[in-house]
Amino acid sequence: MKDKKLIALGFEGSANKIGVGVVAIDGSILSNPRHTYITPPGQGFLPRETAQHHHQYILPLVKSALDTAGVSPDEIDCLCYTKGPGMGAPLQVSAVVVRVLSQMWKKPIVGVNHCVAHIEMGRAVTGAVDPVVLYVSGGNTQVIAYSEGRYRIFGETIDIAVGNCLDRFARVLTLSNDPSPGYNIEQLAKKGDKFIELPYVVKGMDVSFSGILSYIEATTEEKLKSNECTPADLCFSLQETLFAMLVEITERAMAHCDKKDVLIVGGVGCNERLQQMMQIMCSERDGKLFATDDRYCVDNGAMIAYTGLLEYANGASTPMEESTFTQRFRTDEVLATWREKESVIA
Amino acid sequence: METKTDGSDGSLVLIKQGAEARVFESTFVGSRRCIIKERFSKKYRHPTLDSKLTLKRLNAEARCMTKARRLGVLTPVLYAVDPVMHSLTFEYIEGPSVKDILLGFGLVGVDKERMADIATQIGNAIGKLHDGGLVHGDLTTSNMLVRSASNQLVLIDFGLSFTSTLPEDKAVDLYVLERALLSMHSSCGNVMDQILAAYRKSSKQWSSTLNKLAEVRLRGRKRTMVG
Repeated sequence: MKDKKLIALGFEGSANKIGVGVVAIDGSILSNPRHTYITPPGQGFLPRETAQHHHQYILPLVKSALDTAGVSPDEIDCLCYTKGPGMGAPLQVSAVVVRVLSQMWKKPIVGVNHCVAHIEMGRAVTGAVDPVVLYVSGGNTQVIAYSEGRYRIFGETIDIAVGNCLDRFARVLTLSNDPSPGYNIEQLAKKGDKFIELPYVVKGMDVSFSGILSYIEATTEEKLKSNECTPADLCFSLQETLFAMLVEITERAMAHCDKKDVLIVGGVGCNERLQQMMQIMCSERDGKLFATDDRYCVDNGAMIAYTGLLEYANGASTPMEESTFTQRFRTDEVLATWREKESVIA
Repeated sequence: METKTDGSDGSLVLIKQGAEARVFESTFVGSRRCIIKERFSKKYRHPTLDSKLTLKRLNAEARCMTKARRLGVLTPVLYAVDPVMHSLTFEYIEGPSVKDILLGFGLVGVDKERMADIATQIGNAIGKLHDGGLVHGDLTTSNMLVRSASNQLVLIDFGLSFTSTLPEDKAVDLYVLERALLSMHSSCGNVMDQILAAYRKSSKQWSSTLNKLAEVRLRGRKRTMVG
């Protein structure tokens, strides 16, 4: 049944999700199970406990991924894992499992940049060709565009990520972390309608969120006590402010590098209000918005498998002694060899 | 506060549709060639936030443009402000943007003398602004023009400008420029070093700003974290 199509098994565990995916080179996703480490309301996830969670779930996930895909280890061409960026301890889990499986099954390893994987998955799922990419998640906020062999960062946060800002505000309100704090803020925000003014910080093409977080953390209790507004109003205002900043820098990048389309990836990219605002901006510029839902926006194994497979098909693999992981691995460090070939064809 | 040009003699010609404003060419009180920059509302933003930002940036631009002139940095002469239409009317500058000049260098090779001259003027201008407590906020090469008649550098687009004496704000201002140069003009060699050399001579507080800049750069590199 699987003729000569290349197939990869991908491992993602850079933050609080552990995912394993099986993907073929044409972009078809054969399986993509994942498990999320959910902490009690008011608490974030710590590296050590998150790593323990990943240890516990990774092998059952491998089994279920292979079973669902109907693929045996022999049929797999390469094993891909997240090399970085991310939290050290959770990253280590996939790196170790991949090394072991590589020796057991005699398969090559491909280390993948997490951010690039988000972009490639988004392009594969939506069919966006050469968009400006807004990558927004719990740990990253970047406006990226492809230029001369690399994904270059045109704008980014100069302090914390937008998802981190939302998550930490959810802790202030002790919202549930299930399925994710951002999702619960989004739902609560739908009930809010009073706009509370918050700091708005855009510096050129960069944004800053830490001041907004400090401000809202410091004033929430008082505002709620004095009945000035409801928690829903605060969620609403926070989203409106943060997302307006993101749309603004995305638009600046579009004007700067003369591109028409936008692709939103990363966990915060599931947010429908963000998608709606971006949609309005794009249609004003005669551009198109490409976005995906939580299956592909949120960290998953398939995105790592697919991106690793693109690299592998272009002759790249990671020798065992270099199959390390790193917390700091910038998007623009990766030479996107597969994109070069694409543009030659196009 | 005055009203806009009456359209009798000066017809409006759209020359650029930016992210936040439409820029028209027209004439002011008879024959003076001018630019009208009209900020429009962004429909994706909450109306309260939108009107706050639009007005804030209009005011910032008008104030900072004139303040920059008082500090000895060339900017277009402001003719009129219309807070209802959210528009500014100012002098038309004849000449290319630094972005176009540098992109031209990228194609046909760098004219070293001209490059050095432009970089020096940029460094001087930013030094003067910063010493006067003014931060531009959007220093990109498209916001710098070179007047054809005199080869003098003119700074435009003060919509994100604000007053500050903090080394942090000045350093981020320079960092924005550094990034813009890297992403657009990496083929022109190290323009930023030449700019900073001139900045050092022109700004009395160069040392604290440049120390901070080193910190800001580092902060930039670390940014790739979890996700």
